[in-house]
Amino acid sequence: MTDYKMHLLICGGTGCKASESDEIKNRLNQLIHDLGLEDEVQVVLTGCFGFCEKGPIVKVLPDNTFYVQVSPNDVVEIVEEHIVKGRPVKRLLYTDPTNDKQISDSKGMDFYKKQIRIALKNCGFINPENIDEYIARDGYQALGKCLSELTPEEVIKEVKDSGLRGRGGGGFPTGLKWEITKNVENDQKYVVCNADEGDPGAFMDRSILEGDPHSVLEAMAICGYCIGADKGLVYIRAEYPLAIQRLKIAIKQAEEYGLIGDDILGTGFNFHIELRYGAGAFVCGEETALIHSMEGLRGEPTFKPPFPSVSGYMGKPTNVNNVETFANIPVILNKGAEWFSKIGTEKSKGTKVFALAGKINNVGLIEVPMGTTLREVIYDIGGGIKDGKEFKAVQTGGPSGGCLTKEDLDIPIDYDNLLASGSMMGSGGMIVMDENDCMVSIAKFYLDFTLEESCGKCTPCRVGNKRLYELLDKITQGKGEEQDIEKLKDLSVVIKDTALCGLGQTSPNPVLSTINNFEHEYHAHVHDGKCPAGQCKSLLRYDIVEDLCTGCTLCFRNCPVGAISGERRAPHFIDQTLCIKCGVCYEKCKFNAITLT
Amino acid sequence: MTKIKTLADLRKMKEEAQSKIKLRENSANPDQVVQVKVGMATCGIASGAKETMKYFVEELEQEAIDAVVTQTGCMGYCYAEPTVEVKLPGKEPVVYGHVKKEKAREIIDSYIKRGELVDGIIPVSFKTIDD
Repeated sequence: MTDYKMHLLICGGTGCKASESDEIKNRLNQLIHDLGLEDEVQVVLTGCFGFCEKGPIVKVLPDNTFYVQVSPNDVVEIVEEHIVKGRPVKRLLYTDPTNDKQISDSKGMDFYKKQIRIALKNCGFINPENIDEYIARDGYQALGKCLSELTPEEVIKEVKDSGLRGRGGGGFPTGLKWEITKNVENDQKYVVCNADEGDPGAFMDRSILEGDPHSVLEAMAICGYCIGADKGLVYIRAEYPLAIQRLKIAIKQAEEYGLIGDDILGTGFNFHIELRYGAGAFVCGEETALIHSMEGLRGEPTFKPPFPSVSGYMGKPTNVNNVETFANIPVILNKGAEWFSKIGTEKSKGTKVFALAGKINNVGLIEVPMGTTLREVIYDIGGGIKDGKEFKAVQTGGPSGGCLTKEDLDIPIDYDNLLASGSMMGSGGMIVMDENDCMVSIAKFYLDFTLEESCGKCTPCRVGNKRLYELLDKITQGKGEEQDIEKLKDLSVVIKDTALCGLGQTSPNPVLSTINNFEHEYHAHVHDGKCPAGQCKSLLRYDIVEDLCTGCTLCFRNCPVGAISGERRAPHFIDQTLCIKCGVCYEKCKFNAITLT
Repeated sequence: MTKIKTLADLRKMKEEAQSKIKLRENSANPDQVVQVKVGMATCGIASGAKETMKYFVEELEQEAIDAVVTQTGCMGYCYAEPTVEVKLPGKEPVVYGHVKKEKAREIIDSYIKRGELVDGIIPVSFKTIDD
């Protein structure tokens, strides 16, 4: 076994590679070889550190020295000073912008504190199909403690004190919800876990169920103890087969250990958990629709009140919480409400899991304390925008939310700030868009989704959204008229005010928010017949510049619809009536003879 | 499996389970027990984590390397699936991204056998609640 004394980790992410991290690696290797140190020092190219703002990054192990903005010219100094003489190169260390202090050990950098994993603490750490590993990580301790040592009132107080709010999007205080359900007198109550994750781009609930199913089961049992329910139901969409399989295994193992079932831990408390499958309708994430679906009825929402806490599943008091909310519960009870409430902002405590998707380098799941800014999420953790393009907007809250723009990058993310800036937390999907995304098309995309998912029960949602979609479609076709933008706004407001459930009340949000933030793009479509992002095909026009065309016939041969004609070695022409604007000719032309307007 | 009857039993069980994992970590034969965890959430499986896991199990067995290959959930690095965490005895765990068969081979040959890090490490960028 070669025993290296030192490792040099060099970031090989897209951002750092663009800043010559490959060259740094080569020079380091060369120099180390020249000094005969190759048996003592190993140079390794790593994945993205996520700290692309300060790239290229070089990290030295075992002392955890973290060099930022290293250039190939710094290599000699790093080797001669740090490796040979053991003295860190001070000028390359990261400087904390808040107090101008240099930080040598990367563990002391704020960057590493940006992500704290509470709901995801076991995801990617334990084997989800082995209950013993969960137990080794404090699993079921919170349930045991609650059943044996605390009264339901005390547990509810702890949850209330923690400040935990529903992670499904609404942000209703969890402890309060439990208390309300507890205070309703009835012989039978239910605990329901809402695992109907429907936002396009959000996948944290699935990952929690796949990676740490017991945390949800444990929390459901705790909730049952608090509100006086002996039955729990997980409503999960059938399109999550792996999560279902892991849940089934987890329930079986917990039952075998007697941690779910009758007389749990000899305390006389009974709690059984069953699964209910959904067919993947977005509206069934709404709690009344979800309950109807579980009862075997059509997944349609009904008017609230009565709230499920009073009359829910089978007309009995029902407490519905989201997967991520439940995953926080055991940690809160193990670590204490005080510990939890120290994380986050004044009104939003703890952490939030976000699913990063779209035009971002580090697509994946992150968990950050509430109050983290969008800039930190996108640039420091997400690794910035793909292909070095410019950030344009991020859609939070899925089809019910809105977009945040460059101006919002420094807003601390929590429930209230997102609402104030015209978006919402939602379940935590973040779809990042770059300069090439057309905001009108984005609004159309989300409308298309809600249109498809509308249950059709109330007119504003069923008809209103259809009309919204038609207007947007007209605009992207280049047939928009001046008054259409006003029509969109008016109609959106009416739908928001009159729709029956959350789906309809929020479906115009993407339209309103894109108009608010990018009205000039709407105007460009309507007045100038142009799509600034170059996405709306009907508004594009490809032309061949006669003077530049050599008549090589490459475009002619590649055109899939035969819209290009012309003689060899003579200028070619595009028949605009046949052109489908696929852009193949534009990409293929070697002489830049094709223009896109 | 026997039922756990009281909270005291559960606590005892936690200690046993912990020591089981500890035993795995600080084995009596520190040079021989290697832990490999493959991220087997939907994202991982879609990118070929099943093949990767199978490959590790088969190859480590064939080479008579004493190792435990287990599955785990999503580590959050969906852009770099399949992801694999390798923990050599007495060392900090290291996560590798984009681990297909070829990379797995490299990890076995260089890292597991010789302790040389391999390109493609994913640096840890989060705190746990225990920190």
